[in-house]
Amino acid sequence: MSGSEPTGADPGEDPTDAATSPERDGCPDTDREGSPDPETATDREGSPDPETDREGPPDPETDREGPPDPETATDRVTTGAEAAVATLERAGVEHLFGVQGGAIMPVYDAVYDSEMSHVTMGHEQGAAHAADAYGQVTGEPGVCMATSGPGATNLVTGLADADMDSDPVVALTGQVPTALVGNDAFQETDTVGVTAPVTKANYFATGPEAAGEAVGEAFALAREGRQGPTLVDLPKDVTQAAADRAPDRPESPETYDPPERADPDRVADAAACLADAERPLILAGGGVIKGEASPELRRFAREFEVPVATTMPGIGTFPEDHDLALSWAGMHGTGYANMAISHCDCLLAVGTRFDDRLTGDVATFAPEATVVHVDIDPSEISKNVHADHPLVGDAGTVLEQLHEAMPSVPEAAAWREQCAQWKREYPMTYAAPEDEPLKPQFVVEAADAATDDDAIVTTGVGQHQMWAAQYWTYTEPRTFVSSHGLGTMGYGLPAAIGAKVAAPDKQVVCFDGDGSFLMTCQELSVAVRENLDITVFVLNNEAVGMVRQWQDGFYDGRRMASEYPWVPDFARLAEAFGAEGFRISGYGEVADTVRAAIAHDGPAVVDAHIDPAEEVYPMVPSGGANDQFALHPDHLDNGGEDE
Amino acid sequence: MTDERPDSRTDPDDPEFMADRAPSRADGGAPTAPGALHGPGPDKRPRPEGRRTDLGIRVEGEAESEHPPRRAVVSAVVDHEPGVLSDVSGLFSRRQFNIESLTVGPTADEDYARITLVVEEPDPGIEQVKKQLETLLSVREVRELEESAVERETALVEVRAEDPDAVRTAARTTGGEVVDTSPGTMTVSVTGPTDRVDAAIERLAEFGIREVARTGATALSRGETPTTEWPRPAREEDAADGSRPEHDTEN
Repeated sequence: MSGSEPTGADPGEDPTDAATSPERDGCPDTDREGSPDPETATDREGSPDPETDREGPPDPETDREGPPDPETATDRVTTGAEAAVATLERAGVEHLFGVQGGAIMPVYDAVYDSEMSHVTMGHEQGAAHAADAYGQVTGEPGVCMATSGPGATNLVTGLADADMDSDPVVALTGQVPTALVGNDAFQETDTVGVTAPVTKANYFATGPEAAGEAVGEAFALAREGRQGPTLVDLPKDVTQAAADRAPDRPESPETYDPPERADPDRVADAAACLADAERPLILAGGGVIKGEASPELRRFAREFEVPVATTMPGIGTFPEDHDLALSWAGMHGTGYANMAISHCDCLLAVGTRFDDRLTGDVATFAPEATVVHVDIDPSEISKNVHADHPLVGDAGTVLEQLHEAMPSVPEAAAWREQCAQWKREYPMTYAAPEDEPLKPQFVVEAADAATDDDAIVTTGVGQHQMWAAQYWTYTEPRTFVSSHGLGTMGYGLPAAIGAKVAAPDKQVVCFDGDGSFLMTCQELSVAVRENLDITVFVLNNEAVGMVRQWQDGFYDGRRMASEYPWVPDFARLAEAFGAEGFRISGYGEVADTVRAAIAHDGPAVVDAHIDPAEEVYPMVPSGGANDQFALHPDHLDNGGEDE
Repeated sequence: MTDERPDSRTDPDDPEFMADRAPSRADGGAPTAPGALHGPGPDKRPRPEGRRTDLGIRVEGEAESEHPPRRAVVSAVVDHEPGVLSDVSGLFSRRQFNIESLTVGPTADEDYARITLVVEEPDPGIEQVKKQLETLLSVREVRELEESAVERETALVEVRAEDPDAVRTAARTTGGEVVDTSPGTMTVSVTGPTDRVDAAIERLAEFGIREVARTGATALSRGETPTTEWPRPAREEDAADGSRPEHDTEN
């Protein structure tokens, strides 16, 4: 809790905020979703609502207070929709994110009687991103719901995002009645066909009992093995038809058997390679977080004194303020991480798929290194970078195996000194002259200083995302929630909503760009309705800044469609939505405004007007060599731009 | 916002805080540009030796390790249900695998179908084909067949029949048979390993080919070696008394 000073200042400001908040309390559902408080549910059940009579069998009300009793719950299943919903409940799902619509109505009707809370999102893409962030923060699948046709196609971006980042998400989509499937019926889309390339598995429910089973399998598959998004398409006749059972707990198909332990002989070979290395390096990917393997990774690195670079999804696996930490590598990663990758002689890569934004030109990636690749998905082995020692299994288990198999500590003092030297040579300091406009990095650092160590950061995609990744010091897994592989602008705000629902006791901060924010800003209405205490920093440079940076670097400064001649006043926009709006335009306003916005109890948006000329460095030009990162626009002459 | 200047490390008036991030001017002659960072430029850094191929395989010195494409026959046992073929073909197009042919048909167990794929890829690509297929839940098992495997495909070749006897002779010498004779055209059926079918079509081309339809190769391992473990073969005693009812439907 390094943010003790600002936190200490908060109580003084709270009364002010409390005074302003009643304005928004007109929303009836204010507390319900934000706090998973059983009492709230009790209130709802206890209210003399004639609709509750619909429940039929007079279940003892007490059943609803405790965990769902499978026996009782089984009795209550009467339709395919209830089978689907009961399956989620029995899996322990507490929150759903979705948007209503014709074909999914029977499922929503079953949710009416459920203990799960539902966050009504502004757009289905927002529902998918919120579920994705929920999955990233909790490690359990986030669940999103949408109707057929446009509802389902609007989910696709979010599913593709989850697929690229292996985030656990379950999507339930309504579908037109089975008899109309294939007839181009109203709001019909071949959802299973459309989503097949962007899901780990998807299902078309062929009958009411199959609906429950498919949801159970989808849920189990989303979280087991290599996590990912799954989808169940639920035709309306199937959800309306009679069913009397649902699976007691989600189970993956019996043939699905993700590997746990790596082959011991290979482990021994890999350990020998690491112990003999003069320049060993750990590269920790998102799979370390997905596999809850940060403790094993930290133990390994500390005991064997191996420097650690991470990928962007791997941010938080290893504390960035540790001596062995080199922060993250890749296109906009630190110079020292990229130097270390380029010069190491043995690379222990855990839970990474060697994305091109990490490797640059594969021909130049870790060119001196023997590669030990730990991954739970055999299809990632030697897909992009050849693995000399492939160790297929669960990240934590394999790291423990490796730990035990290490014959000795590598003699790498000189290498560690070299890494420290690179840290001194390529510091992530930036110029912040008083006579120039506000630098975005300064805002990121101020927000980091004003929040708890375990605060969760979400981002959109673009320059602001890179600054948020570079200038916030991450120390814990699941605190950097971003769109990595797909690079989905607009991810940040709905992700902040999902993250806050997942972790109501943690501070949630979203860094967004003005372009990114405008893609999903309608979700502010959701944050207000649900009274979610999130703080959005719009690093506003009145442009799609990353595109503009590339145009300046690689397209002779021909700024086509990247600059906005006008952007909304985001502080007033926030207020129109019912959130609190703040504005920063100079250094003098940063510290106070950041603290006030974070202290504000409820959604707040800070419109931070930053230096529009600021660019993101270091930069490995696309298709370039990692050690040839540019620190300055002049350095870009060396690299090409190949996209 | 307010006049207050709280004592914090984010206070821009705090000289210590600002000192950290105002290094550029001090470094006499260092280029300044928005976002520029400090440190030796790309041409002033030690360069690593060695490199990798496009396939991410490290090469020592100048020796280039060659991975020429080769032809591989892959047999996959899949659940016999709708959508599987689309999953498999979608995977191949999405991952840009070079595929020569794909055939699918039921196995002796009605729950499973066998897909036979002929791919043309370098060794790492063939490994990827196998691993990616295995990621599909409906795919039970994937094996690459040995070169000795029995491999057959059938082609129907419709040619102009100005000289029917010559076509019949050509069909016979290429191991084919005439399966349709119509006014002006004849259709020859040829079954064999792919290269023999290729040769037959080439031979028949002299008559003028009107249309060709080919099945693509299907294949099984030779002898006792199972092509795949799935579906489990009927045990001999079961087969003798016909006690595997699920297989009876095939006959």
